[in-house]
Amino acid sequence: MTVSAGWYLTLSAVLFTIGAVGLLVRRNVLVMFMCVELMLNAANLAFVTFARQLDDIGGQSAVFFVLVVAAAEVVVGLGIIVAIFRRRAGATADDLNLLKG
Amino acid sequence: MHSLVDAAVFVPALPLGGFLVLLLAGRRLGDPWAGWLATGATTGGFAAAVVTYAALLSHGGDHRSFTQTLFTWLPVGGLRVNASLLIDPLSVTMALFVTGVGALIHLYSIGYMRGDPDFPKYFLYLNLFAFSMLALVLGDSLLVTFLGWEGVGTCSYLLISFWFERERPPAAGKKAFVTNRVGDFGFLLAMFLVFGSLGTLRYTEVFAHAGQLSRGTVTAITLLLFLGAVGKSAQIPLYIWLPDAMEGPTPVSALIHAATMVTAGVYLMARVSPLLSRAPDTTTTIAVIGVATALIAATIACAQDDIKKVLAYSTISQLGYMFLAVGAGAYAAAVFHMVTHAFFKALLFLGAGSVIHGLHDEQDMKRMGGLRRWMPVTAATFIVGWLAIAGVPPFAGFWSKDAILLNAYDKSPVLWALGLVTALLTAYYMSRQVHLVFFGRERWREADRHDAGGAGAEPHEAPWTMLVALVTLALLSVAGGALNLPFTPKLKVLEHWLHPVFGPTLREVSVGSGLEVGLALGSAAVALLGVALGLAAWRGRVERPALEPEVLRRAWYVDEAVSALVAGPGTEAAEVLADKVDAGTIDGAVNGLAALVRGAGTRLRRVQTGYVRNYALGVACGAVLLLAYAVVRAG
Amino acid sequence: MPAALAPVLAATAVDTGVFVVAAAVILSGAVGVVTGRNPVHCALSLVLTLFGVAVLFVAQDAQFLAAVQVIVYAGAIVVLFLFVIMLIGVDREEDVRAEPLRGQRPAAIAVGVLGLAELLGLARFHHWVTGTPSGAGAASGPGSNVEKLARSVFTRYLLPFEITSALLVIAVVGAVVLARRPQPGPGGGDGAEANEANGAGEAAEAEAEPASR
Repeated sequence: MTVSAGWYLTLSAVLFTIGAVGLLVRRNVLVMFMCVELMLNAANLAFVTFARQLDDIGGQSAVFFVLVVAAAEVVVGLGIIVAIFRRRAGATADDLNLLKG
Repeated sequence: MHSLVDAAVFVPALPLGGFLVLLLAGRRLGDPWAGWLATGATTGGFAAAVVTYAALLSHGGDHRSFTQTLFTWLPVGGLRVNASLLIDPLSVTMALFVTGVGALIHLYSIGYMRGDPDFPKYFLYLNLFAFSMLALVLGDSLLVTFLGWEGVGTCSYLLISFWFERERPPAAGKKAFVTNRVGDFGFLLAMFLVFGSLGTLRYTEVFAHAGQLSRGTVTAITLLLFLGAVGKSAQIPLYIWLPDAMEGPTPVSALIHAATMVTAGVYLMARVSPLLSRAPDTTTTIAVIGVATALIAATIACAQDDIKKVLAYSTISQLGYMFLAVGAGAYAAAVFHMVTHAFFKALLFLGAGSVIHGLHDEQDMKRMGGLRRWMPVTAATFIVGWLAIAGVPPFAGFWSKDAILLNAYDKSPVLWALGLVTALLTAYYMSRQVHLVFFGRERWREADRHDAGGAGAEPHEAPWTMLVALVTLALLSVAGGALNLPFTPKLKVLEHWLHPVFGPTLREVSVGSGLEVGLALGSAAVALLGVALGLAAWRGRVERPALEPEVLRRAWYVDEAVSALVAGPGTEAAEVLADKVDAGTIDGAVNGLAALVRGAGTRLRRVQTGYVRNYALGVACGAVLLLAYAVVRAG
Repeated sequence: MPAALAPVLAATAVDTGVFVVAAAVILSGAVGVVTGRNPVHCALSLVLTLFGVAVLFVAQDAQFLAAVQVIVYAGAIVVLFLFVIMLIGVDREEDVRAEPLRGQRPAAIAVGVLGLAELLGLARFHHWVTGTPSGAGAASGPGSNVEKLARSVFTRYLLPFEITSALLVIAVVGAVVLARRPQPGPGGGDGAEANEANGAGEAAEAEAEPASR
């Protein structure tokens, strides 16, 4: 346990930021989805780190639930993407702007 | 029931009951039973009034004032208004002639309104009117009187515009209503003033404490009340509604716009005579306005062609006489003339109605003539009414008019002279009317020939219900003068009877008996002169433009002036309000708000780019801001 | 992970080395996801990151989660991604250089830098940890990680656990509804595609279900 929690948290923060920036700059919806997964993993890493730091298994339980939610989210999200691409092949996130004011 | 005086409650209650029954079952009763029910209700009211009168007679002269409290109407703070009746000689006199003349006109209406599709509704209104009028005269406080005041105003409006499907009656009804509102405004202000300064609205209490009022307050109160009377009794400047009110059925004109409702103003003035006696400025105003109205209306009546318009202006003129009497402090004379006028003017109106009825809704006197042979009863009774209103002795009108002129002379010879001129004009225009209608050539034949689609039928005498009313009123017009014969105090029955009410306020006439007889002879001579002039001027003539100048035919252009001065600016103000204030300011505010929202939406719309990445950027910015808050907060 | 390996991992040098290597893998994978032109490359980079995270889970005594991470994420979800990429044919390259939304990229980088600075600042200078135990039980001590996690999930977090089952059912229904063609077209090619999409949803569900339970 020589690597302190601070390093883990720092790594988590950097990973989260990379995911967030990726979400903002990428146009391919699938890649954006992957960036969301990056952010979720960053959060998971922070959870596990806190669980170790505080000696509390609750953090790991939270990660468990995050995994379940992520699985469900991916299922629905990819279903939506498939439905979209069935109508407009090759569409990027910027092409889907029908809801503009 | 400790006294037969309590029968007074039935006086207004019976017409009210008739009204309620007609309201619920009028349609089912139909023609003519609804009319008989209404007539019965009013006749019952008359009987109750007679009983009350008899009961009152059995009491001593100065104890003839009773208050009968029915229930507490408005208990509001310091104001406690009871629905109570004030039974004294004045109110009983009014109740007697209102119910008596009213019952006769109800009876007449059964014949006149026969076949009208709204027959039950007509009698419904008529009974409501009788109730309101009785509440007005019997009420023991200004507020109860005001209730009746508004009630008769409403009925007047409803009955003027009774034939609402025609063009002119609704407009006339509206005119009457709006004009009356001006007067009602004065009445209301007077009530506020009375309550504000004395804390009560009951007549007896107000009169008992009248001494506490300053002279200015009394003058203001009485002037405001007089404003109400001016509106209701069609005096200058608010008389313009009455000629138009002739659009209503003729019995309505007889009942409401000649005999009863329009005299409510005179009654109100007589009722508040204890206040008037403290306000000499007001009485002078009343006298001046009264005599001016009498004179001007008489001049207009000289040049009218419509049989009812003549009578309408004549009514205004006679009401002016009554106000002249009030202004001269001769309340008894005013009430006397009110009663006799109710007799003969109702008679004249009903006679005119009979003529109109017989000629199938012809109202132009220039297209009548020679009717005495076709309608003998109508003609005879009408002639009685004519002689009565012209002031030919010994008919009723002579005595009452003479009493007023005597008092006017006592107040000011100028008033007397103007009154005398009016009497001359009255005799003249009534003679003109009688001659045009009942004598001369039978011009309605020519009229029929001109109008291919005219009725073509011969004139016919009225049904018996109408004739009964005519004959009864004719008898009263002959004998009505006996109520109050002059020259000797013993014969002044009415004045004596009313003495407990007016006693302290009556002016003593300081005219010698020789002069009194002279004045009476003078007025009789003037009446005969007027009759002679009228008959001579219109013998064998139908058109005399010199005697019918346009200015009089158009009633001194008062309607036009009112239109220009009041209606014109009013319309313009309404247009300004509609175009500028409403369209500009109010609509502008609403539209401005809408434009603001739309403008804001147009600008904010750009935020909704439709690009999910932009939204994500917004979320990220929000997260960053929250983190910044956390940093600041924790630091 | 067998508990016998723990003393080995506890060694300082090894510990640090594992962290550094794992961090490098994670970050390089993440950068690869963000910058990769080809979605397939991005998906493979994602596997790298997920694997590195799994390693760090192990390093922090979360052996069960590490296993689930590898099985569900690296195994099922990334495969699902690749499956969809192949299915809908978006494996063409995206021009990462161009940015049609003006100002989006600088703003994104600014927000990212600012957010990172704030996160690091908070972690470095402030003590948000209250130290109050969650009541779920200790992470250390006797007993295996799986046992402790199971005890926590099936006692303390039983209700959320049951609710996740509802969530998964809803996700299954949602996936079926989304993938289903509103009206089966007459063309055979489209129908086959719809069936494949359906199959993808079912595959995801099939993979996710045993992993979560």
